[in-house]
Amino acid sequence: MTEGVSQNAQVVVEHLRAWNVKAVAEVIEYHGETTIVVPRELLRSAGERCRDHLEFNLLSDATCVDHFPIEPRFELNYHLTSLPKSAKIRLRVRVNGSDPVVDSLISVWPGAGWMEREIFDLMGIRFNGHPDLRRILLPDDWEGHPLRKDYPTQGFRDVPASASYLKKAST
Amino acid sequence: MTTVETATGEAKTMVLNMGPQHPSTHGVLRVLLELDGENIVKAVPDLGYLHTGIEKSCEHLTYSQAITLTDRMDYLNPLGNNLVYCLAVEKLLGLEVPKRAQYIRVMMVELQRISSHLVWLGTHAIDLGAMSVFLYCFREREEILKIFERFAGQRMMTSYIRIGGISVEPPAGWRQMVNGVLKMLPSRIDEYETLLTENRIWMARTKGVGYIKPQEAVAMSMTGPTLRAAGIPYDNRRVFPYSSYEEFEFDVPTRTDSDCFGRYMVRVAEMRESLKIIKQAMGKITDQGPIKAEAPGIVPPQREKMKTEMEALIYHFKIFTEGFSPPPGDAYVTVESPRGELGCYVASDGSPRPLRVHFRSPSFINLQALPNIIQGQLIADVVACIGTIDIVLGDVDR
Repeated sequence: MTEGVSQNAQVVVEHLRAWNVKAVAEVIEYHGETTIVVPRELLRSAGERCRDHLEFNLLSDATCVDHFPIEPRFELNYHLTSLPKSAKIRLRVRVNGSDPVVDSLISVWPGAGWMEREIFDLMGIRFNGHPDLRRILLPDDWEGHPLRKDYPTQGFRDVPASASYLKKAST
Repeated sequence: MTTVETATGEAKTMVLNMGPQHPSTHGVLRVLLELDGENIVKAVPDLGYLHTGIEKSCEHLTYSQAITLTDRMDYLNPLGNNLVYCLAVEKLLGLEVPKRAQYIRVMMVELQRISSHLVWLGTHAIDLGAMSVFLYCFREREEILKIFERFAGQRMMTSYIRIGGISVEPPAGWRQMVNGVLKMLPSRIDEYETLLTENRIWMARTKGVGYIKPQEAVAMSMTGPTLRAAGIPYDNRRVFPYSSYEEFEFDVPTRTDSDCFGRYMVRVAEMRESLKIIKQAMGKITDQGPIKAEAPGIVPPQREKMKTEMEALIYHFKIFTEGFSPPPGDAYVTVESPRGELGCYVASDGSPRPLRVHFRSPSFINLQALPNIIQGQLIADVVACIGTIDIVLGDVDR
């Protein structure tokens, strides 16, 4: 067991380990926040487990980080909140850039619908089992996924020579 | 779907386009309504008209520069946005903010909550035909904005809360100004209630309209007054206190009716609770004391020190040219904005610019439940329902 893990998070980790030995790939403790890294194929069932057995009934947020060019490139973070226990935990899934697909959590928390659409729109992750996976913030005919690190901040439009200072590498 | 079928078996529904330039959508929200007569069969919100890529822009700026962008997200709650972003970065840095600065932050975000609720009440009332409440609410909001102007130099895009503290010392005579608002508001809130709470038209337009089941509200990740009107006392200030909220005494108002009227009552009660918090905060704020954390290289040094100490000058130069680099890692902080749980996720890779900044905007996530709320309601009620979810499109689209 990782040291310094808060008591509530320890219960979650132990519960998930008891349910499936492969369920917890890694536990990260940083600034009082506990992150449980879950294998991609177990995400939905681990989510169900957290909701039904550990009372994490509110999906606070879902977001994605791009670590380009490091592989696995994408890191999906699900921030769960338990209203009965007043606890928070983060589930994390790492996804390769060549196959950015994960299971949708919409069947576990219906509120995941728009969060996943936003990630799909801006990061280009596809969600298996999402009934309405369309772009949400950008126009339907937009090309590319702007929050990816290989997408320049100023976009792909032509930059006039007078504004070439905008052309510095986007990091 | 409940549709009326004609003799030939065709469904007789009609699609009505509401927005994006519709005044009652409080910005640029488009909703496609499928109607059966006057009843809503299905609603599909269409957003993104105000998308400005704030999260991407943050990745291109240093940590301190990104604060100015957060102001522009939820433009009725800029101080709250500053606060959540600063709390996340401070967590990443492990920075302790002086108590005095924490109390000033609390006072400012509570003033902001009142001003945001006043805008909400005014616009919601005008949507439902009560013109005068709008004018009254904006009259009082003006007084609060004057306080912000004195404190931060700006009425709306304040950028007052900075990493490690607040930007400047409170202005001379601030206590009289805040006291003036504290004295004025209780009777004014009573006045709005006289105009609305027992008004028969108001009750007819809001009672029983826009009902959502508590379990459904939680499943749809709804937070804020909408969730509290459904009887769930979830308030980040109470459950996950930040910025010394645990030292304040206040109630978390809840209702069980979970309709537009309940949400109205919760917000009005919240304004009164905010007044209590402001009063307590004023008592806690001392006249002297630090407003910024002692963190050379992160918090800009005082102007006077820069003129006498070389280190201060070097740090100042480094902060404003290169920025500072938090250790690699990530932090997620949630605060209670006037609209609900406002979250900020910041990830660092050890460089002076954030690897990723993500805002969990309450408007965006609460709006998701709009189709569930308005299904089966009348067209006229859609306006009431959008109003009581209290969306700010700048927050929805970011």
